[in-house]
Amino acid sequence: MNVTTSPGGAPAEAAGEPRQMAAAWRDVAPDGGLQESSSHELGLDEARLRSLYRLMALSRRVDRQAINLTRQGALGVFASSQGQEAAQVGAVFALEQDDWLFPSYRDTVGVFARGVDIVEILALFQGSWHCGFDPKRYRVAPLTTPLATQAPHATGLAMAARLRHDPIVALTFLGDGAASEGDAHEAMNMAAVFQAPVIFFVQNNQYAISVPVQLQTRASSIALRAAGYGMPGVLVDGNDVLSVYAATRAAVERARGGGGPTLIEAVTYRMEAHTTADDETRYRSAAEVEAWRKRDPLARFLALLRDTEVVDDAFLAGVDAEGEAVAARMRDALFGAPGGDPCEMFDHVYATATPQLQEQRAALERELAATESTQ
Amino acid sequence: MAAALNTALRDAMRDDDSVVVYGEDVGRLGGVFRITDGLQAEWGVDRCFDTPVAESGIVGTAIGMALYGLRPVVEMQFDGFSYPALDQVISHVAKYRNRTRGKVGLPIVIRIPYGGGIGAVEHHSESPEVYYAHTAGLTVVTPGTPGDAYALLRAAIDHADPVVFLEPKRRYWQKEDVELPVKGEQIGRALVRRTGTTATLIAYGPMVTTAMEAAETAVEDGWDLEVVDVRTLSPLDTDTLAASVTKTGRAIVVHEAPRFAGYGAEIAATLTERVFGHLAAPVLRVTGFDTPYPPAKIERHYLPTADRILDAVAHSLEY
Repeated sequence: MNVTTSPGGAPAEAAGEPRQMAAAWRDVAPDGGLQESSSHELGLDEARLRSLYRLMALSRRVDRQAINLTRQGALGVFASSQGQEAAQVGAVFALEQDDWLFPSYRDTVGVFARGVDIVEILALFQGSWHCGFDPKRYRVAPLTTPLATQAPHATGLAMAARLRHDPIVALTFLGDGAASEGDAHEAMNMAAVFQAPVIFFVQNNQYAISVPVQLQTRASSIALRAAGYGMPGVLVDGNDVLSVYAATRAAVERARGGGGPTLIEAVTYRMEAHTTADDETRYRSAAEVEAWRKRDPLARFLALLRDTEVVDDAFLAGVDAEGEAVAARMRDALFGAPGGDPCEMFDHVYATATPQLQEQRAALERELAATESTQ
Repeated sequence: MAAALNTALRDAMRDDDSVVVYGEDVGRLGGVFRITDGLQAEWGVDRCFDTPVAESGIVGTAIGMALYGLRPVVEMQFDGFSYPALDQVISHVAKYRNRTRGKVGLPIVIRIPYGGGIGAVEHHSESPEVYYAHTAGLTVVTPGTPGDAYALLRAAIDHADPVVFLEPKRRYWQKEDVELPVKGEQIGRALVRRTGTTATLIAYGPMVTTAMEAAETAVEDGWDLEVVDVRTLSPLDTDTLAASVTKTGRAIVVHEAPRFAGYGAEIAATLTERVFGHLAAPVLRVTGFDTPYPPAKIERHYLPTADRILDAVAHSLEY
């Protein structure tokens, strides 16, 4: 295992080892440097813990199903979140109904945990439309493909909410690769300057496609940058959902209270290849992947919940059944889905189609009609 | 023109409290060209504010603000400094409505002082209009007169979709006897500024004045030139252009930007497709050269002049 950043809370544990029901992370000192790990109140009752587990387990199931559907041709490509469920679901779990999420293409399960319909989320990968859901309905921005470009959007929305005196917080997911982009810097700097209520949640999953995090940064942690921006920074074990949740919750509450932005680095691991089109054996060893699989965030959380008797077999069977039902619905909705109306490509370019677009639409309509009549 | 733009911003902020104005030096200073002069004093730092020097961040945050229901009007300080924001403009500003199947439109105005002729150093005299005009989802507007500057900026701020608003900086100091507010000018409409029969000069932004000068001078040569001010580069008002050229049979397109793959090529191609049978001569172009914008001391040799325009008219009449 070759990781420059050390996880936040307790040392990594293999699945099945008993753990305490607690949260821990490392804060970045205002003048730089990582402070010792500190423990924090969790603030989750048993019902909420079960909700959290349910979302993570369903996330794993829909992710597996998305990979299967890609292999079977129903999706064109898919970027798996497996291994990152604690980071994505834990962070989203800390948001309130009216808050906003700005995800990237890797954050499918975070968006799913936010309540967006999984079939609508997968429109991007299916190729039916670039964004299949209504962002305003869910308060989730479209999954963004150019890295880090969604970060200034989150800052801007948070600035607007602040100008309006609305108690709204924005959270944006970034990766260790995206953190190298200029937009990540501009978004964080502007957020700090304007004390915008926004959380920059970096999932350091160790790789930007094939390039390891050591080639993204010379520093021992991405979270350390927070000091340079004049905002709080947090380094947390991204495979420990309770710590992720509590660290994010603290940042969200601070932001909502007028305390400005926070940079959180969650150290995690992308257990699958970059996408279904990627060959991970070209750049990382099976032994490394296996070592991280032992720290699978879902297995870890399940072991803890079983240990503490928060969940029982009946509950888990129910979650499994629900997962199968969601998976079946994905199969039904995505297999053999019709391609859509080609002429729709003209309909949303502007609020009112320009004369040029109307002309081009008419031309395509004629072409389609001619093709149809010869068939 | 600067005063017209300033008044347009002030009136828009008065009429709609979701309008916010921000960028580099637009607050206390009132902008390097004073287009935002006094807005912060009048409306406060919540409505008009300075930002860090971060063009991509400025445009990127405008997207988030528009998503939340505001109508941001952001300034790129100079044409040559608008390029760091191109990724946000092309990847998101232009595409958001389409990406979201019409669910989210972004009423953002990106103001950019553009063009040369002011003796500036490198990166302060560029004409980037085709980068924007080529990008589906953007509306690209450029006024040529103070009255239009007011009316079109108001229309841009009211527009449902993002507008790249290109301000011809060498005409900021141009005066026009006009009573504000000027109302009713619509985006997407070209204007026949001078009627004539000999040939049609097609110009926009800073070249409108130059084309008008050429037309006045041409009277001495016995030529009666029509001048069409394009005003909206995207979507192009092809009807107005085609009607004029149908009448005159000759067209000369004028712009500061380099010729190759420039906006004049689009107009020439469109006119050739639309009114080929009415053309007595090929559509000609009077443009900047295919060079990087030259240093200030030689820029006058680069910029299209009334003389060059009249040479082109003479050339057109030879066919």
